[in-house]
Amino acid sequence: MIPLSWYLVFAAALFCIGLFGVLARKNAIAILMGIELMLNAVNINLVAFWFYRAPEAIAGQAFAVMVFAVAAAEVAVGLALIISIYRRRNTVIADNVDMLKF
Amino acid sequence: MTPLQIIFLITAVVTLGSALMVVTTRNLVHAALWLIVTLFGVAVYYVLLNAGFLAVAQVVIYIGAIAILVIFAVMMTRRLVGESGPQVNKIWWLAALLAVVLFASMVAVLSTWSGFTTPAPVPVEDPLVMLGQALVDPQGYLLPFELASVLLLAALVGAIMIAWDRKDVGGE
Amino acid sequence: MPFISDPINYIADWLTTVLAGWGLSAALIAVILNLLGVVILASFVLIVDILLVWVERKVVARLQDRLGPNRLGPFGLIQPVADIIKLLIKENITPVGANKLVYNLAPILALATVLLLWAVIPLGPQVLGSDLNVGILYIVSVGAVSTLGIIIAGWSSNNKYALLGAFRSVATMISFEVPMVLVLLIPTILARTMGINSIVESQSIWYIAVAPLAALIFLICIQAELGRAPFDLTEAESEIVAGFHIEYTGMKFGLFYAGELLHALTFGALFACLFLGGWRGWGAESIPLLGVGYLFLKAFIIYFVIMWVKYSMPRIRIDQMLNFAWKILTPLALALLIITAVMSKLLENPDMPASLDGMAVIAYFVMNLVVVAVTVLILRKYARKERKRVAEPRPVAVSPEPPATEIS
Repeated sequence: MIPLSWYLVFAAALFCIGLFGVLARKNAIAILMGIELMLNAVNINLVAFWFYRAPEAIAGQAFAVMVFAVAAAEVAVGLALIISIYRRRNTVIADNVDMLKF
Repeated sequence: MTPLQIIFLITAVVTLGSALMVVTTRNLVHAALWLIVTLFGVAVYYVLLNAGFLAVAQVVIYIGAIAILVIFAVMMTRRLVGESGPQVNKIWWLAALLAVVLFASMVAVLSTWSGFTTPAPVPVEDPLVMLGQALVDPQGYLLPFELASVLLLAALVGAIMIAWDRKDVGGE
Repeated sequence: MPFISDPINYIADWLTTVLAGWGLSAALIAVILNLLGVVILASFVLIVDILLVWVERKVVARLQDRLGPNRLGPFGLIQPVADIIKLLIKENITPVGANKLVYNLAPILALATVLLLWAVIPLGPQVLGSDLNVGILYIVSVGAVSTLGIIIAGWSSNNKYALLGAFRSVATMISFEVPMVLVLLIPTILARTMGINSIVESQSIWYIAVAPLAALIFLICIQAELGRAPFDLTEAESEIVAGFHIEYTGMKFGLFYAGELLHALTFGALFACLFLGGWRGWGAESIPLLGVGYLFLKAFIIYFVIMWVKYSMPRIRIDQMLNFAWKILTPLALALLIITAVMSKLLENPDMPASLDGMAVIAYFVMNLVVVAVTVLILRKYARKERKRVAEPRPVAVSPEPPATEIS
């Protein structure tokens, strides 16, 4: 009823929307939200491939669980960094954190 | 149109629409709330793909922890009630163009793959038991599982150390 | 008699034949029957919620040595209807600068997330909403969404007291979610499954006799998750004036209030399912309606215990609360989980892993007592040190200490 192509197109669209969010937004937290969208798109891809192509091998779901763990760790550390930067520089605009620029 | 296809299409519209709102809205708390709607949509897809455990884990981890963390961070780093200035870069048109080109090329490349239109298999049994056994099987995914827990511990300790407020502590 | 022994399927089959006679397709009949089930369950639960308002006011009155509502109807039973009418005719004020969509969404979310929990609670042997085999994880996830409802209620009110109350509330709920999840895994280990109906069915011996410490920790975490005393700093009327729902009037506040009471009953029903044997009782396997009665009886007993604790204990400070959650409950729950898991593997009967014979029950019970004894010993040593530190005579003629760190 639902071919694999529908899931792959949907995941590609979600990934590209997340990519736009990462590249075009100024606020660092908004960039992190774009990264979350990309990670979710990748997870949908993994689970769709698992369900449609290899349902007897559990590798797809195990990989998706690992992506959950990595995403949670990355958001925690990323937000800690952003809050720390906000305390020092009083800004969360990614363009303003440019002391190392030449 | 089978009911499953209708559910898929409605969820797709809702999820992609709220993802667009996440990346375009000016108010960051609104963006976080739209992100929560997107994550719910993704959880619905996990249910459609016979991965029920992943759907519930998605709600617990992403919506219950990550989204709340993002909302807290947004509230702690605001200066004014409203945002000042535009919320996109100067080169946002290039980013949009890049995203559209990437989407078109991904779909084009994938459609030349023979397995692109694989029909849906009949969901046999719940993979929960298989997943649980695979995650603790030495020939399975025990090592990545343990490494993921070490990674989470490192992230926990690291986040606390980075966000520690040194102004008012005396070595505590 | 098929109706007595299996009421839901009997009614569903009868309705299917009626609707098929009207000429509807099979898929549409399935959708209609599911919707009807959802509506009936939600309505039943909400009507019980109205009764809960009366129960709460009578019990709190008796605990405070007064009578409670007794004017409207016999024993004041019509009082909740009067409350509802009063709330409905109150003016709906939206504060200036509040975010209208989110402001109106928050009370709906608060009540809806409680109703979602009733989908997985088995009311009787064949009477349940949906037999998820990850039922316990579903409960944790719905609890997580309810914390979201609180924080958006606090933020959208454009009021610093509401925001502060919401922050404290979410910090408390998140901190107590960790030991709650760990303790919820203990009936999972004992029953070898996460599905709540299966946990109820494998409780030939009630799990409160097998894991009493787990039940106690779950009860403490329930008090914190509900935001009730002694953990109710978030709506402390003397301090931050009702916390996150300060700006809500009329029926929106009614939704918050009803949601809180229903949440308490839901957790009571959950506690009954996980530790008190749920719908199990004399004759419940053959007559499901009797099972429903047993479950609600046990749920109301636990609800009474929750109210009893609420109206007897003073409030705990936020830092003491978080201290308690992270430094005492979480290591205790973790240690209990590890010891229970090891013992469960050692005492396992390979043919029927989920069954517990008498020796195993006694072994688990003794293990729980040992863990309690060790915890009390450790805490006594710590408390003695703390008391000695506080009781030292301090010199007077020194500069004052720097002010305490602000609560962020």
